[in-house]
Amino acid sequence: MTRSLPVLTVVAVLIALWYLAVIPMNAKWEYDQASRAGREIGLSELVANTMAQERPVLPAPHQVVVELWDSTVVEELTGRRGWWRSGSLSNRSLIYHGWVTLTATMLGFVIGTGGGILLAVGIVHNRAMDASVMPWAIASQTIPIIALAPMIIVVLNSIGISGLVPKAIIAAYLSFFPVVVGMVKGLRAPDAMQMDQMKTWSAPGATVFWKLRLPMSMPYLFASLKVGIAAALVGTIVGELPVQEGGLGVRLLSGSYYGQTVQIWAALFAAAILAASLVGIVGMIERRVLRRMGLAG
Amino acid sequence: MSAVTGLFALAVLAAAWWPKTGAMPSALVLGALVAGLALVLLAPRGRRGRVLVALGLWNALLVAGLGLMGGQSSPAFWLAVVAVWLGAWALVERIAAARDPRLALLPPLVFGLTILWLWETAVLALGVPRVILPAPSQIGARLLAEVPTLAIDLMQTFGRGALSGFAIGCGAAFVFALVVDRYAPLRRGLLPVGNFLAALPIIGTAPIFVMWFGFDWPSKAAVVVAMVFFPMLVNTVQGLASTDRMQRDLMQTYSASWWQTLAYLRLPAAMPFVFNGLKICATLALIGAIVAEFFGSPTFGMGFRISTEVGRLQLDMVWAEIAVAALLGSLFYGFWALVERRVTFWHPSQRGR
Repeated sequence: MTRSLPVLTVVAVLIALWYLAVIPMNAKWEYDQASRAGREIGLSELVANTMAQERPVLPAPHQVVVELWDSTVVEELTGRRGWWRSGSLSNRSLIYHGWVTLTATMLGFVIGTGGGILLAVGIVHNRAMDASVMPWAIASQTIPIIALAPMIIVVLNSIGISGLVPKAIIAAYLSFFPVVVGMVKGLRAPDAMQMDQMKTWSAPGATVFWKLRLPMSMPYLFASLKVGIAAALVGTIVGELPVQEGGLGVRLLSGSYYGQTVQIWAALFAAAILAASLVGIVGMIERRVLRRMGLAG
Repeated sequence: MSAVTGLFALAVLAAAWWPKTGAMPSALVLGALVAGLALVLLAPRGRRGRVLVALGLWNALLVAGLGLMGGQSSPAFWLAVVAVWLGAWALVERIAAARDPRLALLPPLVFGLTILWLWETAVLALGVPRVILPAPSQIGARLLAEVPTLAIDLMQTFGRGALSGFAIGCGAAFVFALVVDRYAPLRRGLLPVGNFLAALPIIGTAPIFVMWFGFDWPSKAAVVVAMVFFPMLVNTVQGLASTDRMQRDLMQTYSASWWQTLAYLRLPAAMPFVFNGLKICATLALIGAIVAEFFGSPTFGMGFRISTEVGRLQLDMVWAEIAVAALLGSLFYGFWALVERRVTFWHPSQRGR
């Protein structure tokens, strides 16, 4: 409780600030409406109205929460195309769009992480690869590779590959490089003393890898997995922009086309919840694994 | 003889003896490959010998590689291409084996050149259409032809959007970190929240900011501010807390005021963390400015150019824009790394170089 109290206070203050900001941000439209109707608008009425606009400049927190609830549970249970009536997820619900984004993210994350670990193993065991590939892996972290996303989507689309795979490729290459760099660091974590110990036991390379390098690399691996899965999600969302085939990125873009601010905020929060849960799940697995391996304090 | 050398020998011999259709690959290419192989196999010993082998192999590969460029697809041709690739690997292996820090730039350079060469040769030989993957030479030509456009885009996206957002975001986060650090409960509450927010897809705020601040650069700067604020805040706060008890006690025995402690102990101690944050934010700023333009922008800017030229299938222009973005990203990052080395010269990670 003593640890969560300051956090809760900060969150409460942030929400209060948000509510305060809603009033001036949305006030202009209310004044316009009032002057068009030829009447004065009182302060209490102004405050109440700014909290309940159809297309506010800044929606109030409760509007976003209601929209999140409406476009998930309510839409699926009562909507004409909802899961309850039609047996399949409604294409108007955030559950459907979140699922589209989640599957592409996870597929790309698995590919990117697998490839990243393999390359890291190669780099650690081969001097030529270390000298030639590693500088590029590090340099790739400083460049905005996400700029490639629209091109990958459109080009793959034009040769007949569409849907899940192109987005997964973008998610994969965004999660690939953090994993390579983190894993190389991790596989090199054993110090000279430990390596010497293995040598005195005349342990073959495979044993050194499985019993020393790999276990030692776990904390580094999980740190980069957390970065990687967040990057994969961003990659998927950006990858959804050029081709409108569903996903949270599409909700963001269509919301901005039609001025549906509440929809944008709801999609944004859905993406944030998704990211937080993914990072949280990786963190949970991390704690489990590290505890089983005796690495966590 | 290493595995790579063995494969290199196999590939050269296969390319030389494979039945040829037409003139590919030419006798010059095969001759150069065989000469390179002979050098590797008969490698003279000693330092001089290694330099000789590396230089000879480099020249042989250069001749063979240039000779293969623009060639037509045939089994012998591809065997020769594979031979050049393996030869380049053998060359890198030799340079890397020297363990000379002065040569550290050579392996990645050879690797990069090999990739570019392979890309160019394969695209031309296979006749890959330009709308799928343009050759590096086409991209280079487009890059040189479109320098004015690229400069306008660069000025808009980096000069106005990313830089101002970076300056405002990092500056505000730094000042805010000083405030947060002053009040312990605020730090305990804000640090977890900041860490949480730093992991979220903040890039999704782009459509909101475009709606608020319009299509021009202020909305891009706002996205960048939102993206860089929390990583910078978290890093700075961590840095300010990184002094140990002994050091703070020493300052207390000097009866130093809070400001003096800050100026002489805690700010310098925080610098490695601050620069870590700045380097992270340098990358994020460019990403934010480019992606924000996908949600709406004036008719120039790197993100705008990328999304419209993709739509017009002018992929060489897209690649040119990406090349500029990549160069810019590494320069911006490199700039902060350089400043870091000047400022935190005392830190263990900067010594020993």
